[in-house]
Amino acid sequence: MEATQATPVKYDMEVVRWFTIAAAIYAVVGTLIGVYVASELAFPFLNMDLEYITFGRLRPLHTNAVIFAFGGCALMATGFYMVQRTGSTKLWSNKLAWFTFWGWNLIIVSAVITLPLGMTTGKEYAELEWPIDILIAVVWLSFGLNHIMTVAIRKTSHIYVSNWFTMGMIIMITYLHVVNSMAIPVSLTNSFSIYTGVQDAMIQWWWGHNAVGFYLTGGFLGIMYYFVPKQVGKPVFSYRLSVLHFWALTFGYVWLGAHHLQYTALPDWTGSLGAAVSLAMIIPSWGGAMNGMMTLSGAWDRLRTDYILRFLVVALAFYAMSTFEGPVMSIKTVNALSHYTDWTVGHVHSGALGWMAMVAYGAMYHMIKKLWGVEKMYSESLVNVHFWLATIGTVVYVVAMWVSGIMQGLMWRDYDEYGTLTYTFVESVSAMHPYYAMRAIGGAIFNLGAWIALYNIVMTVRTASAVRGANAVPANA
Amino acid sequence: MSDHDKIYSTKFQDKIERSTLLMFVMSAFAVAIGGIVEIVPLFYLPNTAMTGGDGTYNGTQHKDLNGNVISMDKIVWNPATSEHKTLDAWQPGDGVRPYTALETAGRNVYIREGCFLCHSQMIRPFRDEKDRYGHYSIAEESMYDHTYQWGSKRTGPDLARVGGKYSDEWHRRHLKYPREVVPESVMPNYFWLENKPVDVAETVKTLEVMTIMPFNPVPKTIYTDEYIAGATAQLEGKTDMDALIAYLQGLGNHVKFEEGVNYRD
Repeated sequence: MEATQATPVKYDMEVVRWFTIAAAIYAVVGTLIGVYVASELAFPFLNMDLEYITFGRLRPLHTNAVIFAFGGCALMATGFYMVQRTGSTKLWSNKLAWFTFWGWNLIIVSAVITLPLGMTTGKEYAELEWPIDILIAVVWLSFGLNHIMTVAIRKTSHIYVSNWFTMGMIIMITYLHVVNSMAIPVSLTNSFSIYTGVQDAMIQWWWGHNAVGFYLTGGFLGIMYYFVPKQVGKPVFSYRLSVLHFWALTFGYVWLGAHHLQYTALPDWTGSLGAAVSLAMIIPSWGGAMNGMMTLSGAWDRLRTDYILRFLVVALAFYAMSTFEGPVMSIKTVNALSHYTDWTVGHVHSGALGWMAMVAYGAMYHMIKKLWGVEKMYSESLVNVHFWLATIGTVVYVVAMWVSGIMQGLMWRDYDEYGTLTYTFVESVSAMHPYYAMRAIGGAIFNLGAWIALYNIVMTVRTASAVRGANAVPANA
Repeated sequence: MSDHDKIYSTKFQDKIERSTLLMFVMSAFAVAIGGIVEIVPLFYLPNTAMTGGDGTYNGTQHKDLNGNVISMDKIVWNPATSEHKTLDAWQPGDGVRPYTALETAGRNVYIREGCFLCHSQMIRPFRDEKDRYGHYSIAEESMYDHTYQWGSKRTGPDLARVGGKYSDEWHRRHLKYPREVVPESVMPNYFWLENKPVDVAETVKTLEVMTIMPFNPVPKTIYTDEYIAGATAQLEGKTDMDALIAYLQGLGNHVKFEEGVNYRD
């Protein structure tokens, strides 16, 4: 993976440190907002009659915070870390990396201000208004350019697998963001998509599903392909499988968005095509999951003692589960039941909490030890506590949503013996109450884990800095 | 790499892995295809409602049981052929029309408050959805929706055909304090919409922008200069609540659906 050299390379790691800490903070904030909006659905008085914190305004803040703030910072931290280590080279431009860091955080601050004020495009997962969209494009391209140029100046002959995934993500997210965000402004804070109806829906879900496919999956698979072998201390199980995994995902994922629009006014062929390719994607996805899992062969006992490895392995298990569940939900018959229900929300969270957040935390713990040069975290047992809270929280969340989602779907379509609908809509709403409460509890358990992680990380960094300070040679000695 | 696959997978793959440029180009190519195949045809195929309202229908045809083609002017309102010539004269059943000035203001409120996060506007062709919400939605019905509002989740019921189902007064009470009307509801209270005057300037600007859209603009024969000039008068003194109710009451009653016609195909 890394070329052994006589003189060690001096990497640009300060920006990686900042991105890592930022990710740990945004994970706490993003999931906390998530717990709050989940609680609003269980107990509507929590909307507090304040327009700024109604569900409709806070929910986009939750999704933006977890996807773009937590996910984005984790991707950029690991992206800059891996591209240097695998290429045995410094960043192409350290200055540009700092521009990316401050730019990305400026975007996050803008989101925190504008979304509660009701400034939204009304496009799911792309709610931010046009001036912020332009900023996103600029900052994203600064990350992309820096990453790709660092790959170009690498000292190694081959580009490592992780960097393929990161590059694929950079290219695809650029396409998606630019095409999907096309809008004509009516003011600085309001704009309208240039597309309408069917076309807008298809473009929106081409964006929506591929933000999942390339950002939350591809980008995090890049993390998996570097940090699983590193943590285990063995090379990836099969190089050829990773080649297959990469190209199949890169070519195939793009087609899946249409499965979000089954039985809508979108032409049937588009949804069917999306579902067919979705089913085919089980094969490379499971191949990739196996590739990560089998990297542990001969070292399974490490799971008893290595808590970081636990995060990575459970993440792979959730990855395999979600990439099976997703294709099943894309089948028209299943989709007829699952669409519009909480099942979709559960599916997203088994991916986002179980896969994305777990693999990110595994990588973050691994990096923090390397970045601050410590053997152990401040408390290894707190890593274990975090692991169990994250796992249990995710399972509670997902199970609640499975039950409520399938129940909703069945109640909506149920007929009594006289051939009339058995349930009014609002009966399905009140039936959801216990599951919405349970979901909020699951989220809160996960959020508690995120707090513990942040505490552990901060203490590790403080201890490491104190040791470094004590060992430093005084300037005038 | 483990011993058993120290060799490269294929010569071409080996070449790609050694070249940043080749890796970039191949990835950029591979990720582009799916989107092009699924999206581009929607801009020219019939039945995706790319045009209309001015008599051009992009080859879209809907047929009844006997195979007779239904006139598209019955589905999309065309002031040139309709007996109702202006937006104010339009009657339910005349066909899909763009929103009035007040409805546009209401739609802006609907988007601002994120209503689409809990309410869909897309009825699927199932028996239960027909019984619960009405006729399935067709592409023409959202052809003027710049930033579509189909939604993806039904925490609350679908609203695609809510227009005319309840009185204005019911909507007002329900929006202000949902649980006073529907005790089990989990919707936030929106009483404060009554204290907000409609943003007149922004709404008028929205109407103007709708006519210059590159795809499916509102025809100038509908949003005429006179109509846009008169919009301010329509909006004066109205609140966000009035506007939102006007928008909701206009949803889903544009097309007079006939038995036996296949509107989806």
